[in-house]
Amino acid sequence: MNEETLRVGVFVCECGHNIAGTVDTEEVARYSEQLPDVVAVVQNRYTCADPGQNEIKAAIAEHNLNRVVIASCSPKIHEPTFRSCVEDAGLNPYLMEMANIREHCSWVHMQDREAATAKAKDLVASAVGRARLLEAQEEMTFPVTDSALVIGGGVAGIQAALELADGGHQVYLVEKEASIGGTMAALDKTFPTMDCSI
Amino acid sequence: MMDAGRHPKIELLVDSEVENVTGFVGNYRAQVRKKAQYVNTDECTVCGECEKVCPVVVPDEYQEGLSSRKAIYMPFPQAVPSSYTLSAQDCLGFNPIACGKCKEVCDKQCIDYDVQDEIIDIEVGSVIVATGMEVYDPRENDEYGYTSFPNVITSMEFERLICAGGPTEGELVRPSDRKIPMRVGFVQCVGSRSASRGVPYCSNFCCMNTVKQTLLMSDHYPGSESIVYYMDIRAFGKGFEDLYRRSREEGVRYLRGLPGNVQEDPENHDLIVDVENTVTGRLEQHRLDMLVLAVGLVPRQFETNGNGKRPIDEILSLSHTSDGFVMEAHPKLKPVDAPTRGVYFAGTVEAPKDVKDTVTQAGAASGRASNLLSAGEVKIEAITAVVNTELCAQCKICAAVCPFNAIEAADKKANRFPDFIEAACAGCGTCAAECPFDAISMRHFEDQQITAQIDAVLAEDRMEKVVTFACNWCSYAGGDTAGTARLQYPPSVRLIRTMCSGRVDQSFIYHAFRKGAPMVLVSGCHFSDCHYINAVTWTQKRVEKVWTKMEKLGIRPERLQLEWISAAEGQKFARVMREVDAMLRDVTEEEVEETMRILDEEEAKRLGSAA
Repeated sequence: MNEETLRVGVFVCECGHNIAGTVDTEEVARYSEQLPDVVAVVQNRYTCADPGQNEIKAAIAEHNLNRVVIASCSPKIHEPTFRSCVEDAGLNPYLMEMANIREHCSWVHMQDREAATAKAKDLVASAVGRARLLEAQEEMTFPVTDSALVIGGGVAGIQAALELADGGHQVYLVEKEASIGGTMAALDKTFPTMDCSI
Repeated sequence: MMDAGRHPKIELLVDSEVENVTGFVGNYRAQVRKKAQYVNTDECTVCGECEKVCPVVVPDEYQEGLSSRKAIYMPFPQAVPSSYTLSAQDCLGFNPIACGKCKEVCDKQCIDYDVQDEIIDIEVGSVIVATGMEVYDPRENDEYGYTSFPNVITSMEFERLICAGGPTEGELVRPSDRKIPMRVGFVQCVGSRSASRGVPYCSNFCCMNTVKQTLLMSDHYPGSESIVYYMDIRAFGKGFEDLYRRSREEGVRYLRGLPGNVQEDPENHDLIVDVENTVTGRLEQHRLDMLVLAVGLVPRQFETNGNGKRPIDEILSLSHTSDGFVMEAHPKLKPVDAPTRGVYFAGTVEAPKDVKDTVTQAGAASGRASNLLSAGEVKIEAITAVVNTELCAQCKICAAVCPFNAIEAADKKANRFPDFIEAACAGCGTCAAECPFDAISMRHFEDQQITAQIDAVLAEDRMEKVVTFACNWCSYAGGDTAGTARLQYPPSVRLIRTMCSGRVDQSFIYHAFRKGAPMVLVSGCHFSDCHYINAVTWTQKRVEKVWTKMEKLGIRPERLQLEWISAAEGQKFARVMREVDAMLRDVTEEEVEETMRILDEEEAKRLGSAA
């Protein structure tokens, strides 16, 4: 891949009516076409669903994309999804950027289609601006210490500790009182089975 | 309980508290203070000789203070570990001259007054927070006479009295005269579902707990009468409706309406309850032997500081939803995950819930932890600091501001540059923002990537935009919460995400103003929520510096706003966006152009002096 030539693909998600009900996604897609280095724009009904992800992968191959912008929901929900999607298509996952046009746009400006659309365009432009400067990154891998700290020796902590220990993991169960048991140990019977609490 | 005590893979640390947790997913280090245990729990045979000779008598917490215990005691008969324990607070003192009776009679010699607290270091891959809850204290709003009338008790006290292991060996007696109460009232929602008294949420289990208690009454005392005062009976779980039906079939009366007034007959301590039956619309008066308050639960109030102790939620940087319970990474899709990777929740620390839901959630949390531990390795996001030794002047500021001690200071004399320990770098970017020589860059959050975003949002209609820097964990997520709740606010805000507000370099703020931003908002976590320990304190210092300089340059400092918004505060996010939008309307085109001119001059000066 020639890093000298930027080839950005923009994917505008409708999220059914969640985005398209407020934001004019066609307008956002049209606008995205003229943003610098954008060579492909695709509108999806649900970008995160398999057909949507397949469209991303197909577009990366067809247009030889080296940056991907996905205008959809919060990266806190689907950044891992789309990172692995572009990785599957042979792109470094850090070359994907998201524009949050749902939580930060269509859902909070539901009464103003025009302003929401203008804002969505800005968010895409901002994401494209950032995407053009993104660089491939390598993640570091660390070994995991095979043990767990469970804080609190009530019914929740005891149960979690037992499950983990039965699975073969070392557990440290920390309780501030002199005995484990917590609040449940002070109950007589428990509903709905009316059996003993201890 | 027993299983947990003897499982070869579980190390039980009772009388212990977690004092600090450092590290990152898969590689946490915890410091646990194991408080001095004056009784050797391994050696104690529970013979009870020590208890017999102990002269100190104090209320027994386990029995809700309804009976007494000694200073050396068994927490309760089935305690795990099965051992006596000595309360340093209650003991007459560890001087054998003052007392020392227990030590004298202990055949196994397992009492030692000289043991000290111990700090234990533990390395773990994952942390499960199961710190539970507290029961609502009805003394707070003493509306049903709990503190004045002996026969008004809480549902927890009822549990102890009706329990065979309780102070009366399972005989429910009236505290006033030790007679069996044959007419018992139960008041629901004490401390729950009230905007003015206690907490606004439903405590989840109290309805069913009362249904259970009415059945215990009719089982133990045939012929007794129970009446339940409620606003709604929430019998929503599997098997719950059946139990509720059984209770009604047993003759328990359910009256829709909470008592308006409770008085006591001074002759015999009976209780006289006035209540409006909201189904019939009639006032009723009932004479009862006992009134049980179904108290709800509240988030655990951790002891804070004073003795240098930090609450566990602060140690683990946990955020809270508006009800005070810890916040999940996602309320539906990651309900047992903390926002911090590798940390999970189980039980009532997350929300009020009954035993079955607690056990279910504990299973889910351990499953999540097990996935991580079994994977053997974990990948860390490639968002770490990189130093450019050509620009570095070995000033050591980066090492001083790093919250994770991931930077070993430079040393000019030895011509040594700062050494980044990449594994310890959490990626907040504070060092990059604070470096006076621009010698540190953050992978994936480079200066030019962020300024490109500023340029893009200000390219058109700049007078309509509020350039907002939002940290990934709190403020950006607060915006997500506002979205999920469909809270509407003006469309002027343009969010630029950084991992931490500590990443927001002064130059980003000036860049935005120089490019014509009428308003800039910097927004991060509350100090106690900061995901990078204390990085947010540097954000504040930096913004204060910019305010001072803006004033000096003749730029209204009000055009730069600083707000702390947590991930749970969708309401606050929307309110702040409305407020900055209102401020935006006060900024004129002329003012913006004047600012641009001033900052262009400053930039020219800076470049001139640099050259």
